[in-house]
Amino acid sequence: MISITIEIFLIFMLIGALIAVEITDLLYSVISIGAIGFFSSIGFLLLGAPDIAIIQMVVETLSLIILVRATIRKDIHTISGDREFFGLLSTVAILFFFFLYIFKATQTYPVFGNPVMSRISDSASNIYLAKGLKQTGSPDIVSAIVFNYRFLDVLGANAVIFAAFLGALAILRQKAKKKQ
Amino acid sequence: MIYALAITVFMVGLYAVCCKKNIIKIIQGVIIMEYALNFFIILLGYRKGGIAPIINKITDMHTFAAQSVDPLPQAIVFISILIGLGLLALMVALAIRLYERYGTFDITEMKKLKG
Repeated sequence: MISITIEIFLIFMLIGALIAVEITDLLYSVISIGAIGFFSSIGFLLLGAPDIAIIQMVVETLSLIILVRATIRKDIHTISGDREFFGLLSTVAILFFFFLYIFKATQTYPVFGNPVMSRISDSASNIYLAKGLKQTGSPDIVSAIVFNYRFLDVLGANAVIFAAFLGALAILRQKAKKKQ
Repeated sequence: MIYALAITVFMVGLYAVCCKKNIIKIIQGVIIMEYALNFFIILLGYRKGGIAPIINKITDMHTFAAQSVDPLPQAIVFISILIGLGLLALMVALAIRLYERYGTFDITEMKKLKG
């Protein structure tokens, strides 16, 4: 039952992605990106990940604002010009083989609804679930992992985010330094 | 089947990155790929009939450990989404600067980039 629901949401995401890629008006395609994020957020909620659903919602709203800032008030003229037919054909063929390759690779993955941690009894996830409340005092195990067990990883990731935003600010700065 | 759908969404993003000329469409392709991958990682951690990994007062610890979904992919995706936001801000800043310099979003017009 749950797999059919998730499949329906994935099909919605696919339709949104196709619209976003193929529509000519940039503002409409940005809105379609928002729709994809919304459907994936509901999917996270159904898959038992409420934290991820909330953060996906917030981040998607922010990214929509950033993208609208990039596209709005520019005289958007659609980019025309005939495509090279052979180039498009070869790209699609390569993508198709890439798809087959990844699909073959996913056959070795655990089937949906039966994760790895249910087969290995002393895996990290099982230990976190059994002892997370006692060791960290947090009833939310995801928060316990992010802010306690794996905090050094998160610190590194925060450095990456900080560097990315600093880079964006440095690129967008209007005035350079005053000349001496 | 459910994995194949997630991979198809990823492929649509990859197609946008490879084939589109508009720089905003390329950025959107990267975002679509990122959404599809995050969804795929969460799919890998789902347990049939699983509950969210949050303990409340009436939860029995043994049934909780046996029923909860895998929390580790969720912790990874948590960080991955935030990094995606930083990446998006950087890409959009570059796109805005390129627009100011060349007056277009078309990547085939940006000929000064050729060495």
